[in-house]
Amino acid sequence: MVLPEDDSLYRAVADATCRAFRQAETILPPDIVAALRTAAGRESSAVARHELSNILENIALAEKLALPICQDTGVPVIFLTVPPHVPYSHRLLLAASEGVRRATRDVPLRPNVVSPLERKNYGDNTGPGMPSFHVSPGDILTVTVLPKGAGAENMSRLAMLLPTEKDQIPKFVAETMLIAGGRPCPPVVLGVGIGGTFDSCAALAKEALLLPIDTMDPFEQELCDAVNALGIGPMGLGGETTALAVKVRTAACHTASLPVAVNVQCWAARRSTIEVKW
Amino acid sequence: MVNRICLKTPLGDEVLSLHAGDHVTLSGIVYTARDEAHVRMMEEGIPFNPQGAAIYHCGPVIRDSRILAAGPTTSSRLNSLTGFLLDGGVRALIGKGGMGTEVAGQLRDRGVYLACTGGCAVLAASKMSLKGVFFEDLGMAEAIWIIELDSLPLVVGIDSHGNDLFADISREANKQFHIQFT
Repeated sequence: MVLPEDDSLYRAVADATCRAFRQAETILPPDIVAALRTAAGRESSAVARHELSNILENIALAEKLALPICQDTGVPVIFLTVPPHVPYSHRLLLAASEGVRRATRDVPLRPNVVSPLERKNYGDNTGPGMPSFHVSPGDILTVTVLPKGAGAENMSRLAMLLPTEKDQIPKFVAETMLIAGGRPCPPVVLGVGIGGTFDSCAALAKEALLLPIDTMDPFEQELCDAVNALGIGPMGLGGETTALAVKVRTAACHTASLPVAVNVQCWAARRSTIEVKW
Repeated sequence: MVNRICLKTPLGDEVLSLHAGDHVTLSGIVYTARDEAHVRMMEEGIPFNPQGAAIYHCGPVIRDSRILAAGPTTSSRLNSLTGFLLDGGVRALIGKGGMGTEVAGQLRDRGVYLACTGGCAVLAASKMSLKGVFFEDLGMAEAIWIIELDSLPLVVGIDSHGNDLFADISREANKQFHIQFT
């Protein structure tokens, strides 16, 4: 879609989306880099240290050369906050999609988005229902992007636990990484959604990946410790750090339900937020 | 610094003396292949000489014939699609996350699985130059790219004697899981 030249709001949304992808894909957030450095200082095995040293070298090189940190530049997950004076319309989403297409050309991003059954590649990282949008009301117009790679996304799980199975949550979270092993590129960040419904629980888990990881509450720390006790380590080759952090978001749920979702994120936990000004 | 064993393609019997956990560097030609390329090769044949070849599980980002980002993809997706390559003489598989027991068995007395640090796409690309492509119609991620490596740092994940670092770690993780939750 071509946006009319005089349409400054929509052009600004497309620009901000494109810039957010460029930033997210090439520069890892400081809280993630700090956690990786801490992990590197903690490992005792030569293999684990080698993996983390490659990771830190790669992050520095990607930033210096302004190139994507990982060749799996992900699928576009976009969070919009929309203030009262901005109409939330189809055009707003089309503008953000235009930003994805531009980023795919300019950064560049690998064209990852295909039709689910025919596996036809759309070539520009957009398609029916993609980007995946999360829209919420806010005070200012912001675009947050979370490019999501498949290695980690494929290891994510959801369980409809019984209301009496609250104590099973740490087991389900740890079991998710036990099954995943090295496949999601650990050390991972885990976004955990608890409550809501089958669908909103998964959204909570995704949104938990937007939270800064420099602090964890006691429950998050308990989940993180349970995962790290497995010893899967960087890239599944063994070590102290399997998860950099676990972040939890909750929502009210049915008295007969306890949905739990774990969204696995690789060490390249890319995210970026830009305020749209026009 | 760790001691690294330098390998160069085409590979021969030197891979049989490698052990799981060894640090190596690989130079020479490698061929990228993911799911679609494996299926195509099974249908139409391998478009390069597989004797002593190395397969890299990777879908790179390429612009103007330059490799910009080219880290490994998850190898286990190719577990059931790999046997014909080893039968054809392929000596090394490069990827991330390890492969199944079936592949570890197929590697016995023949070849190795080399673990490349997942996500380290720019670091890997800095040691590569593009030499050509097969099956370009499969798209950027799924085509077979012919890449020349200059000392890519890798760890032997599965050796030709049946040792599998990933399986060892996974067994230990299982044990720890049952200690915690039963």
